[in-house]
Amino acid sequence: MVEQRPQDAHIRIYPLGTDGYVLRVSDSLTEAANATAIALAKVIAPLEGVIEAAPSLTSVFVRFDPVKVARAAFVAMLEEKVRDFEAPDDRAQRRWTIPVCFDASAAPQLAEVADITGLGQEALIGELCAARLSVLALGFAPGQPYLGILPEAWDIPRQTSLTEAVPQGAITVAVRQIVLFANRSATGWRQIGQTGFRPFDLGRAAPVALTAGDEVRFVPIGRGEFDGLLSDPMGGARLETL
Amino acid sequence: MTQIIIQSGGPHLSLQDFGRLGHFASGISVGGAADPLALCEAAALLEGALGASLEMAGHGGRFRFDETCDVALTGAPMRASVEGKPLLWGAVHRIEKGAVLEIGAAERGVYGYLTPRGGILSDEILGSRSVQSSAGIGSAITGGESFRVRGGAGALVKLRQQDRFSGGLIRFVRGSQSHLFDGATFARFEETGFKRDPRGNRQGVALAFDGIGFAAEGQLSRVSDFITVGDIQMTGDGRPYVLLADCQTIGGYPRIGTVIPADLPKIAQAGVGAPLRFAAISLEEADRLYVPHDKEIQAMKRNIEPLVRDPHEITDLLAYQLIDGMITGDEEWL
Repeated sequence: MVEQRPQDAHIRIYPLGTDGYVLRVSDSLTEAANATAIALAKVIAPLEGVIEAAPSLTSVFVRFDPVKVARAAFVAMLEEKVRDFEAPDDRAQRRWTIPVCFDASAAPQLAEVADITGLGQEALIGELCAARLSVLALGFAPGQPYLGILPEAWDIPRQTSLTEAVPQGAITVAVRQIVLFANRSATGWRQIGQTGFRPFDLGRAAPVALTAGDEVRFVPIGRGEFDGLLSDPMGGARLETL
Repeated sequence: MTQIIIQSGGPHLSLQDFGRLGHFASGISVGGAADPLALCEAAALLEGALGASLEMAGHGGRFRFDETCDVALTGAPMRASVEGKPLLWGAVHRIEKGAVLEIGAAERGVYGYLTPRGGILSDEILGSRSVQSSAGIGSAITGGESFRVRGGAGALVKLRQQDRFSGGLIRFVRGSQSHLFDGATFARFEETGFKRDPRGNRQGVALAFDGIGFAAEGQLSRVSDFITVGDIQMTGDGRPYVLLADCQTIGGYPRIGTVIPADLPKIAQAGVGAPLRFAAISLEEADRLYVPHDKEIQAMKRNIEPLVRDPHEITDLLAYQLIDGMITGDEEWL
């Protein structure tokens, strides 16, 4: 049986569907677990029989081609790769600076989040823009980033009921993370800002702008500047290579 | 170059192929036809390389070609006719230049497919012609569009379709979160008779049943993790929702397991109210049941027959000369 891996292993391997495995680094989100997942995905991707490997917050998904490699041999190879795997001390290679509007009209739940966290609106914006955020994972929608990890005070739960729709570019918060919405969407996350930056744009040579591991910083802008940037699919975002 | 003109159609028409692999790390799911077997049927019937097919959810539309062109009609059987003459589903038909092909409601199942010979040559996006409108990749068809098709004429043939249009037994494998459901809950899931709920689309379908929900341990506090096509999610109230082709890549609801590829078409094609039951199988058993698309197409090709007229209308079948099992003449085939 390959359905249950030993639970004491450093990184646990679980099947996902009939053509995939999840390599789970940790059950809880930490910077170290996320960095390990991102590094592990890079090690797994070039292996024989692998169709694709993708990192998420704390795990790696690997899709394999059962015509090219037998399941038992593939799992044995995965077990060998994850055994004693340690992430190299990678630093971000790219830094994005993304303008965000926190005007009440673009941040309908900012006051609510300021209340729940006890930080107050000004401090909340200050803390968010001072944070050196990392792209923890892309997912849910094309190119859509999960960013973090924010300080303890930001550990607020998702809403119990869904917001019917946040707009494209919504900056939302829950569980010490930010999601920057690629598309208009229903969500349980609270909207505290909005950006003109489009993480996915088929009009660009590279439609997906961000990569897991990129550093992201937000800079606050006013409503007027935000409106002016809406016609730019990059929303005024700048990219530096570090 | 031949064109297909969508005179009217919808509301749920979209171009689909087998989807796009290799973009999962960017948050882009594979997508593609809700019922990949229907694309295999079209490939077996038409032979040769295929562009996209037109996927029709529940209802078709009115279609015309600017040059005479063969089309394969596969997937869920729908009422189809050209100038009042009914067309057999699961077959290739020649549509004369300017004639109107009318496709009505599905008689059984949900997703019907229209594939012109050689396929529809829409622009590829990230290596595939599959539209995933929920993700902002391409857009659904609303009527009035036209697309290039490779086109041409060839053998007019039919095949016996695998019946996957009325629900039935769905086999699934355990996954990384199956252990969050206790033994009694897992057993009750396998014993419960479900019905396809009216809520459903290319992202997934909800299942209706009587009784209490299937709750998992730590239902609302898990770290978001990968999800995949076929996953059986338990939403907030413990009601199952099976993910289909256009599902997202990351999700937070607990999943009791994943439907095997061979049985996914039965979920996608189950009409509202169709009965569904679930049975867990081992991964080894799932591997034995796995048939890659190319093998599926080869197997279907062995069961291709010439498209003959309704036997009730043919007085003497033996009088028909079938050369190499194919009919390519100009007979007025239905």
